[in-house]
Formats: sequence, structure tokens, C-alpha cells
Amino acid sequence: MDPSTKSAMSSPASTPGGRKRGRNTNPPTPSSEDPTSPPSQRRRGQDSSTGDLMPMPTSPATDMLSPAAPQDTSLLSSPRPSVPPNEVDMSSPLMYGTPSSRIEGTPRSGVRGTPARQRPDLGSVRKAPQVDLHSEPPSTDGAVASESNAGQRLVIWGTDVNVGTCKEKFQRFLQRFVDPTSTEDENAGLDLNEPLYMQKLEEISVVGDPVMNVNCRHVQSFDADLYRQLICYPQEVIPTFDMAVNELFFERFPDSFLEYQIQVRPYNALKTKSMRSLNPEDIDQLITISGMVIRTSQLIPEMQEAFFQCQVCAYSTRVEVDRGRIAEPAVCRHCNTTHSLALIHNRSVFSDKQMIKIQESPEDMPAGQTPHTTIVYAHNDLVDKVQPGDRVNITGIYRAVPMRVNPRQSNVKSVYKTHIDAIHFRKTDEKRLHGLDEEAEQKLFTEDRVQTLKELAAKPDVYERLSSALAPSIYEHEDIKKGILLQLFGGTRKDFSQTGRGNFRAEVNILLCGDPGTSKSQLLQYVYNLVPRGQYTSGKGSSAVGLTAYVMKDPETRQLVLQTGALVLSDNGICCIDEFDKMSDNTRSVLHEVMEQQTLSIAKAGIICQLNARTAVLAAANPVESQWNPKKTTIENIQLPHTLLSRFDLIFLMLDPQDEAYDRRLAHHLVSLYYQTEEQMEEEFLDMAVLKDYIAYARTYINPRLSEEASQALIEAYVDMRKIGSGRGMVSAYPRQLESLIRLAEAHAKVRFSEKVETIDVEEAKRLHREALKQSATDPRTGFVDISILTTGMSATARKRKEEVAQALKKLIQAKGKTPAMKYQQLLDDLRGQSETAITKELFDEALRALADEDYLTITAETPEFVHLQLEPE
Amino acid sequence: MPSTHDWINDPLGVVEGMFAASQSNPNSGWEARAVEFFKDRLKEKDAHTLVPSLNDIPMHYLKPNSLVKFRCFIQDMFDPEFYMGVYETVDPATQAKTLRCGKYKDVTECGVDFNSKNTVTAERQTFYCVPIPGENPWVKEISSACKRPHRIALYAAGIREMYANSSQARVVPSTSYVPSRQKRSYEEDDDMDTQPQKQREAHAGPQSPTEHHGNGDCKRQETEAPSSQTTSASHLDLNFPLPGEKGPSCLVKVYEDWDSFKLNDMLEVYGILSVSPALSALADEKDASSSLLDPTECMETAEEQRVHCPPASLVPRLHMLYAKQLQHNNPLLPSAATSEDNSAFLASTLSEMPSVREELLAYLTHVLLGDALAAEYLILHLISNVYVRRDVLPLGKFTLNMSGCPTVASYTERLYQIIQQLVPSSHYLGMSLQNMNQMRLVPKKDYVANRLVSGALQLAKNTSLYLDETQLEQGQLDTTGVRNVTALGNLISWQKVDYDFNYHQMEFPCNINVLIASEGRSLLPSDCQIHLQTQVAPSHLEEYLSTMHMLSQASSQLNKFRIYLSVARLLDYSISDEVTKSVEDDFVDMRKDDPQSISAEDLHRMLVVARLLSLSQGQTSLSRDSWLRAKHIEALRRSRMEQHKCVNGNEP
Repeated sequence: MDPSTKSAMSSPASTPGGRKRGRNTNPPTPSSEDPTSPPSQRRRGQDSSTGDLMPMPTSPATDMLSPAAPQDTSLLSSPRPSVPPNEVDMSSPLMYGTPSSRIEGTPRSGVRGTPARQRPDLGSVRKAPQVDLHSEPPSTDGAVASESNAGQRLVIWGTDVNVGTCKEKFQRFLQRFVDPTSTEDENAGLDLNEPLYMQKLEEISVVGDPVMNVNCRHVQSFDADLYRQLICYPQEVIPTFDMAVNELFFERFPDSFLEYQIQVRPYNALKTKSMRSLNPEDIDQLITISGMVIRTSQLIPEMQEAFFQCQVCAYSTRVEVDRGRIAEPAVCRHCNTTHSLALIHNRSVFSDKQMIKIQESPEDMPAGQTPHTTIVYAHNDLVDKVQPGDRVNITGIYRAVPMRVNPRQSNVKSVYKTHIDAIHFRKTDEKRLHGLDEEAEQKLFTEDRVQTLKELAAKPDVYERLSSALAPSIYEHEDIKKGILLQLFGGTRKDFSQTGRGNFRAEVNILLCGDPGTSKSQLLQYVYNLVPRGQYTSGKGSSAVGLTAYVMKDPETRQLVLQTGALVLSDNGICCIDEFDKMSDNTRSVLHEVMEQQTLSIAKAGIICQLNARTAVLAAANPVESQWNPKKTTIENIQLPHTLLSRFDLIFLMLDPQDEAYDRRLAHHLVSLYYQTEEQMEEEFLDMAVLKDYIAYARTYINPRLSEEASQALIEAYVDMRKIGSGRGMVSAYPRQLESLIRLAEAHAKVRFSEKVETIDVEEAKRLHREALKQSATDPRTGFVDISILTTGMSATARKRKEEVAQALKKLIQAKGKTPAMKYQQLLDDLRGQSETAITKELFDEALRALADEDYLTITAETPEFVHLQLEPE
Repeated sequence: MPSTHDWINDPLGVVEGMFAASQSNPNSGWEARAVEFFKDRLKEKDAHTLVPSLNDIPMHYLKPNSLVKFRCFIQDMFDPEFYMGVYETVDPATQAKTLRCGKYKDVTECGVDFNSKNTVTAERQTFYCVPIPGENPWVKEISSACKRPHRIALYAAGIREMYANSSQARVVPSTSYVPSRQKRSYEEDDDMDTQPQKQREAHAGPQSPTEHHGNGDCKRQETEAPSSQTTSASHLDLNFPLPGEKGPSCLVKVYEDWDSFKLNDMLEVYGILSVSPALSALADEKDASSSLLDPTECMETAEEQRVHCPPASLVPRLHMLYAKQLQHNNPLLPSAATSEDNSAFLASTLSEMPSVREELLAYLTHVLLGDALAAEYLILHLISNVYVRRDVLPLGKFTLNMSGCPTVASYTERLYQIIQQLVPSSHYLGMSLQNMNQMRLVPKKDYVANRLVSGALQLAKNTSLYLDETQLEQGQLDTTGVRNVTALGNLISWQKVDYDFNYHQMEFPCNINVLIASEGRSLLPSDCQIHLQTQVAPSHLEEYLSTMHMLSQASSQLNKFRIYLSVARLLDYSISDEVTKSVEDDFVDMRKDDPQSISAEDLHRMLVVARLLSLSQGQTSLSRDSWLRAKHIEALRRSRMEQHKCVNGNEP
């Protein structure tokens, strides 16, 4: 015996539903009007009592329900002995409208053995009777009963939905709706000037997937009233839509075969809400909310139809589940034995169901509060459509169910349980896997906001404004802020995969290095807080695994699961890495791939894959000697491999400028930081929000391309850069630098909201790039900018000098004649005496090593003062 | 109008009266008026002291459905819930329908008509509240005593009578004296109820007796009996942020304006206590029938059920009528209910502040083994407060690293005991390897139970967190350990804690005063490091410490210190243009002489020191003198640092 049957029957809330409302045609039944009915303020579905205890009777029902029979018919023809026949008809689920519509409306032959699939997502719809709007309430039943005069004025109880009109309207919508501006990818390949949904029907007939997704926005633009009904009474309207679609479908494609009848799944209800704004008014309405899946349950088989068999005469009967309850037939209809029916589990019909928990997306949350969660039920084929961690938009019906009555108690907990019956899932982050089209992200900006942003963009000094709005608490460092600003905007994504070059990096990487305590970390923190998809890690604490991805065994399922690290998580964002210099070499090597190819390859525990890591890297490094040594090159100061350094577009030094005017401004800035009033703070906070939106807007909508002049300017700039060095026999620019320039110029165009990269963008890119180079790639020995410091780790002059010394040393040794061994100190002294420039010990050592590499000599014993040099026989 | 007695003992009666009166007039806004009524009542002189407090009085002494107050901390926020705001009942005998109000209640009356068109669904929010974490024993002692001055006598005579008389049959006299517990049909354990007392008792040992000492004694006598039979409620994790905490936790139902509350807020909630056994019975029944395939029930795991609907006897429900946000939890200060009162109080103490400061300085100097400079810095640390945030930068924090602490005679722990007596809430965190590797510092969301599992860093504002680094020995930190140290570092540098939400992290700003006691320079960052220079020879330390403890017994002096420290933190502060100018000049001059000597960071610190120094003297704006003094003590501290420069390799 099904336990729920028991509890339903023993329910103490035995107030019969029908009686109260004066529906005296209804025999008072010991009802199960227990608190499973929706607590909506509207009244609806009251006479469900009739269905509860009465088994779906007789043989016609039984064989109709066999899979081959169309469900509509079966329901229509189920007479209930206890109820006047005329009312029965009206209360059956798919029986809408006039008799004529019933005959024609049922896709006569069309259903052709196509069974209707139950829609548990809509709940129990079948008990909705219709009433005539124009008749007096007491005579409701009579009016409905008289089928002859029940015309267009019939509406479903508790709503203003007239089935006939509704169906007609929807069919018209399907046949006529055209959306020439559609950009949704679902519609790819469809002719936008033909009725959209008719094409989809055709698709269904070809593919055989009996699901029709309908964008509510389309419905709204076509018929606002229909849309309102859909939102307010989804439980009644969606089955009507189903019916309309099926009629249409089988009319057009009479020969096609479908597994089930087509189900309509509306999505994108415009009343899209955040979870926080859901309130009691939304109960039983169609809503769309977004959130993140945090937990999914196992599959729950939910009984849809119970199969009972009489123990005495083996007579069998079926009972449909109504709102989670099964009314056990008390008397066998065949042999009239009481309590002889037993449930046969494996002949009952079950449907799939899954509980999913959704949590507010972190972006929608007010500060200082914890995220809300909501329970969602997925039914049938929506089960297992989403996984924990997915960002989804869910369209469904919001439900509230009172807490169950405790049989031992007379009072009830006055709280409802709420959940959403999902009708449609749409993953919001699915896009990121496939392509770069971020339009579907639909970060909605209000018209006003866009207007403000555009006004801001039109200002000539927008670049300066934005850069000064960036981390206002950090003083000066204008160029660094500008660099970071450009990094926030990023370049334009270019796809060369067809020519085999793959993606071009569009992200700008920046390295900040300098004295400790120059607010590098603060800048990083600020950026991390500013961008929606930012990650902050410290080089000290993170391992290669923490940055990339690791494979883990799920304790429950014993499955291998790939857990992503900071770099992957910040895909499309910025990864801030503090204490870059303290990172182990192992970890750093991971960055090589990420910073140029923008992918991460993983081969671990049998999982081989390549993940996107299109992240911009903002790193901060401290000099090795805790204080920046201006006499050394960048490489020497921070001891990072040049292979990695050359992947940074901009390398900035943050040094203490040490000049009085600066000190004064700094002091003023800091002091004012400590006594500024609340209002000034407010203002600033607003700035940050504007900045955020500005960046989001530009990143989404602006994709600048190089103009003719701009490309000329870029070429010139590159040639110039190469020329600077060539005069002194050094290379001062590599193609990587040209790419950097392009990215920076594009980013600058984005700042201006310009679709075209123009000469001014290139100028600024050049300036900034030069500034950064001046700071980081200046050869301390010559004072010239030398890019080879960054690309090879050694400046060209230094290399030249080393060669010269080695040559001089070789000459000296040759001049000494054929001595088999020489003393280190003496040789050094000799060389020093000979050379006009100062020769350091390090230089000398390097020269010796160079000669040893040439196999010219061998260094035998090495003590600080005394080295024997063994000359190779020539 | 209901009498005074009524509105405390039967607040629901008041609410229902208003509800009934409003039926004739639908737009009367009775809900707002009801809240207004209670607010007005509480404003009356001393009225709020009449309301029994859940913090002080064991729950079984409290009358169900009466008005109580609770000084608490929002530990978690649950999902909003829908309830029957108005519903209709049908009398089974007469078929008469009655409209009833479901607000401020957990359970409906019998015979609810679920299909009534008069049903109004309303929304409310649930907060999980615990007593303020780390609240020191003296706070509990004083607030339970001095807020009810006229009750002290009664208390001694046995509070139980007082409550039992006025209540109904359900309130059984103290269960500890009732042998026949099994008589009661539902799980109404008193285990938790007696624990606050027990704890109070446990702490009473080293405690200095307060002025209201008489009352403490009696309480202790009374609780001796139950204290032996506690500790069986451990199957339910009450989720206190700090280990070893006890006290009632509460599900507070909020009916309006719940967006204005934030996680980790300190509140004083006035609300209707609901301990209906029906709630527990519902939970029990659920366990028994969990195999049921009822769609409304299989959505919750057993853990979640346990967390969200714990037995009402352990976690009572409190239906909030009115709540005030607490700026501080020092019972010696008027709570900031009416700001005029408060400012008058502040003004009155301002004049005394310099003299109290001297006393406190002398006392702390004594405690810090004769080091006056360290004592000065300790005062500055104790009154520091994050007063504003500039984008990511918290201003006003002053994390102190006191290095050079002697490791003998558990000095660091003694020092903590002293601090514990001075500040309203504090927590001692011994940074031993084991602790760092095992403790949960950062709160983490448990999606199975659907709650935020608390961690030791979930603290209310201005809690003193005392990190004892002398406990740290050599060894390996594991993953948790590294994460914990990082969390501490983040807390100190940015005054924020990243709560772990599994799929993402969420940043919660906080305002915690961190004091690090260490031998050498701490491995954690700090705003300021001071090396302790003891004037006491190590051999005499033991002896010295034993005399030191004696000094703290002077209770009135201690109370003065407590008031002083809390007041200094509440003062406003400004810098005049003139002083701004001179500070700027100073900075430029200093840089001119030797640019290496002072960096922007040093200026930051000096500005904070100057601010705190002014406030510690009761001055609300920076004077030239204070600035010079700040410069002076900074110079002293730096010169001391030079000597200890290369203590370990943690320098950047």
C-alpha cells in the first residue's frame, strides 16, 4: 500500500472543498483538501476532491491509457459515476471549449498513435473547470453544463483564459511570427524572413525531437495579451499551446512520426527576476530567474499512474496521481470486495524527476549578505541537463506548498515550501565553450546607462578621466594606471585558426615591479575587485596545480573530476598574481603557454585536454635585493627568466621618485585620504560603478578594427623602433612588440568607444609602450633603451663588452707564450693593467668561462684567489 | 490600551487586538502601528530593562510567546520563507469561519481552510543568530546584572518563581530539580539552557568580582545542580564561530526591512519567543517517515532539516518586533539607541579621558614588564577601528605585532587575560602548528545542510583577535594550514575574509583588531611592529607576574578603563587645513633630509598613529602637539626596530 495514500486519507483537514463553496451539485466527499493545494490568493482547482477518491473508472479508460491510445480521448470519455456527467466533461484536462472544437480540435487521425507525454512540470492541470464569465457565480455549474450555449465566453476557472481564443491566437502566432533581427544562435540556419516557428516545426518533423522552445519575448511582441495570460496562468495556457502546436503540426506533416506529442517550452519570460526579488505575488506564475546550480539530486522516480489489482478477482484498475497523492480505490468495482486492491509497482507508470538547487549568482548579490537558494524540480528529459557549477537561466512555474499536516496534530506550521517546476533551462556559460560571441551574455544596460556611458565616451579627456578613476587611493603612477586601464579593455579578438595560426592573443599582460611598499598589491587588489571575472593569487602560496587545473577523485562517485585553477577560472578576465618572483620555476613555466597561446594543456591521470585560459595577467614582482638596484637591469633585479618577461606587453617600474614636488603632492593626497568626508566617498563609489559598466559595455559591444592610417602608423612605429637599435648594432624591437602595439592601440580605441583604430590610438600605444620600455629596458650601462634585455636577458652592450674582454684575455694569454698553467689573480691583474676600462671580477670570470667554452683553456682548481689555468694544446 | 504587564507577557495579544481592530478598516496599516506601539513602549524610561533577556535567563524560565530581548550576532541568513499572513479557520462543530493573523507565529490554529480566498501569503526572512562570539565574561556578568537593577534581589530569591507565576502550565520549574522528566511528551531538553550559566561559572574563577557581586554568588549556587547534567546536546552543532562557545542560538524571523541587516551584524532583538513543541514534533515526525515519497519532503536532506528546523527547545524562534544595531557591546556604555543621549555621555567622559589614559598607561606599562612605549602602542591598538574604506583600502586599522615576548611563565597567555578584561569581546588564537593545520578559520558554505559553517574569523566588529605566535614551532603547514595563514594575512592587510562558497568565494569586509604576540618579527604582515623591552630580569619574571595579576582586582578602575577604551573608539575625528599643511611640510622636510628614511607607507602609519593618539587623549581633531608626539614615538619605535632588524628572514 502506498504510504501516501494512507496519509491522504487520514488527513484531519477534512473540510470538504466542494461544500464550502456551495457547489451543491457535488456530493460531499471526504476530501483530501489537504494543504497540497497551492496557496495562491486566487481560487482554482477546487473540486479536485472529486477525483481523489474515485478511481478512474471502467474499461474504456484502461485501454485508452495503453500507450497507443491518444490521451485526450481517454480523458474525455471517462464518466464519473458520482458526478453529474455534464460537469465531468468540463473538468477533464484537455477538454476545452465547445463540443465542436473537441471533435475537430483533437488532432483526429493526426495523433496517429503519438502518445501525449505527461507534463509533470505543469502540475495537475486536469482539474481546471471552465466557467462562463457572464453568468452569475452560483449558476456556474449550470452554465458550463449547458454545452450548447457555451461559446467563446468560456474561461478556465480562476483565470480569464478562454481556451479556444487562446489556441487560435497561438496558432496565429506560430504561423505568422517573423523576427528578421533575430540573433539567437538557436535560429542559425533559419530564414529570418519566414515565419520562425513554422520553420522550427519543420525542424521537429525532420529531427523528431518533440520539443518546441518559444521565446516569450516573441509572444509579447506579437500579442501582449496572450503573453500576459501565459505569464499569469502558465498551468492552463501551456497545455493549450501544446494542443495548438500539435494540431498545427499534424495538419502540416501528417505522415511524420514522433515519439511523443510536441511540448511547448516557453523561455525568457521578460519578467526575469533575480532570486532575491521573488515574492508571494509570483506564485503560480511563469518566471525566469538566473543562478548557479549548486546541487543536483539523484533521479527520483515519481509515480504518475498507479496500477491496482484486486486480490480477489484480479481485476485491475489505474489511478492517476493527483498532486502527489494517489487515491486508493476502496472497493473493487468488479467483485465489490472492500479493501482488496493492492498496488502493483512494476506495472505503474513513473516519470523522472530531479531536485536541483540553485543559488544566486555572486554578481546579483548585495554586499554583506549571504546568497539565497531555491529548489527547482526538473522533470522527464530535463533531468540531468545541468550540472553543479553551471550558470543557468531557468524558466518555470513558481510554486508554494504548505507544510504537511501532521496526523497527530491539529495545527499546521504556517510556512510554505517553495520551489520552481522547471520548464526550460538555458545555460548562460555554454557560450564560452563554443565561441567568442558574447552578445548572448546580455548584460543589460538600461537606455539611460548607455546614454551616460556614451556621453562619457564622447568627452575628449575620457582616457585621462577613466585612468584617474582607477584606484584613486593610489597616488600618481599615471602611466601605470593607463596601462592597466588598457589591460581592462583588452584588444580585439582575432581568429586566424583557418590559416593555421590559431587565435591571436587579445589580452594585454602587465608586470609591475619595484620597491616593496609602493602599493603594487593595492593596485592588484583594486583590479581584482573591479573586474567580474578576476582571480587573485599570490605567487608564494600557489602551486602550478593551483593555477592550472588538477584532477581529483570525487569521493562519492569515484569519478575523476577536473578542478580548474585560478588561470582557467579567470578566462575572459584578469588573473592578478602577486609576488610573482616568489613563484617556483615549475609554476612559472605553466604561464608560458597561457600567456601566449591562451590555452592550458593538461595531461593528468588519463585526462588529456586543452582548456581555454584567455586571461590577462597582471603580475607584481619585488626586486631580489629587496631594494631596486638602479645599476642593474630589470632581469637582474627581479631574476625572472627572460622567456617569461618577453610575454609581458608592458613592464612598469614602480619606484620612489624622490623629488620634493612629488612628495608634497603625495603628502597632500594621503592626508586628505584620512579626513575626507562621507559624501566625497559616495561620489567615488559611484565612479567605480560607472567604470565597471563602462568597461563591460566596451568589452561587449566595441570591436575596433585597424584603419588604413593606423596600420601605416603602426608599421612606421615598428620600423622606427627597429631603427633605433640598428644604429648601435642592437635589435630594439621584435614582432612581439608590434603585436603589443596593436593590442594597445585597439584597447585605446575601445576606451573611446570607437569601432576604428585611428592614428591617435597608435600614438598613445607607442607612447605608453615607450614609457614602459624606458623604465624597464633601459640599459643601466649605456642609458639606452635595449629591448634585448627583456628578450635575451642581457643587453647588447653587455654582450659586446663580454666578447671584447674575452678577446683581450685570449690575446694576453697568447702573448705570454706557451705556459701550461697560469695563476688567476696574476692574470686578472695583467688584464686590468692592459685594459683602459675597469674590469670587474665578474667580467673576468665570464671571459674565462667563455674561453673555456671555446676549449681554449681549462680551469682546473678554483679557489677564491688562486686558479690554475690549463691551456689546451693548440 | 493593554497594560504594561500585558505587552511584555502577551505581545501576541496586542498584535491580535490590533489585527482584529483593523478588520473593519482594511487600510489602517495595523502592522506598522503594531511595530510602532512596541517601539514607543520600549522608549519609555527603563522599559527595555523590564524585558527579560535570552542572554541571561535560561530558556526554560522564559514564558513562551512573551516579549524577550536577545543580544546577538547574525551568523547565517537562510532563504526567505512564505507564510500565511492571514488565514481563515473553520470550527468543525459550528462551521463558523474566523479570520486569523499568522504574523509573529510559527504554528497556525486548528482547522485551517486552505482554500479560503482570504488567505494572504506573506514573506519573512530567517536569520540564524548566536550570542556575540568571544564576548568576555565581564560583559555577560554586567549586562545581566546592571540592566535589571531592581531585580537583583528577586534574582537571589529565585527567578524561577517570578516567571513561573506569570506563565502557564507549560513552564515547569527548573528541570534540574524535577525527577520525572520523562513525563513530558516532547523533546524539551534543557541541556542548552543551563550552559550559559555553566560557562559563566567556569569563567568566574580568575574573574574580578564586579560591583554587583552579590548577585553572581546566588546565581552560582543556583546553577550548581544542573551543571552536572549538561552536555548531551552535542548531536546538534549550533555552529558557533569560536570553539567552546556556548549559549542560546536563535532563529530570528524578520518581518520587514531585512535588507538592512548584514551578516556579522551585532543586534539587540526584541521579539516574541516561540518555543512551540509542535515545531520539534514536526521535525521528529519527518525522521520517521523520511522514506515517504512526498514531493514536498524529499527536497531536503536530513542534515538540512536538522539545521533549518532544529528542535525549538534547543534553538528557539524569535519573531522580531524591533531590533537595534549595536555599535558596541560594552554594557557600561549607553547603547546607541538615542544618539543625543550618547553624545551627551561621550562629552561627559571626554574631560576625564587624559587622566584615565595616564592610569591605563601606567597599568599597561606594568603589565608589559615596564615598557612604557609598548604600553602606549597597545593603547593605540586597542582603540583602533576601521572607520572608512577607500576603494579596497581600509583606513584606521592598526594591527600591532608585539615582538620580543618572553616565552617563560606563559606570559603571552597572561597578557591575553589582561586584554580580555579590558575589551568587550576577544578571542585567543594560539598559532600552534596543530591549530593552524586543523582549525577552520574561514567560514564555508555547506551545501548539503544548506548553511554557512562558521569559522573562527567570523567575528563581530571590533573584536580583539589575539594571535599567539610564540606557540608556533617548526614543522610543515599542510594545505589547510597554508590557507589559514593566507586568510589571516588577508584579514590583517585588507580587513576582509573570503568566505568559501565552494564554487566561488565571497568577500566579507570585517573590522577586527589583530594583535600578534611573537618572539621575533611575525611571519604575518602587520601595520606596526614594536619590540618589547622588558625591565624585568627573566629570573624574576615569575614572581613579577604573580604580583601583576593582583593589581587587576580594583574593579572600579577596571570599569573606567573599559569605558575609556570603548568611548575612544566612538569619537569623531578631523584634521584642520592648518595642520594638514604642517603635516605636509613635515613630510617634505623629512624626505629632503633622507629620502630612504620615510616612505609613503610610513606616512600612512604616522597619520594613523596621530589619529589614534589624539583620540586616546580625548581630542577630536589633530593638534600640532599630537602630530609631533606621534612623530616622536614613531621615531622611538623605529630606533628600537633598528636594533632588532635582522631577527629572522621574514623581511621582505
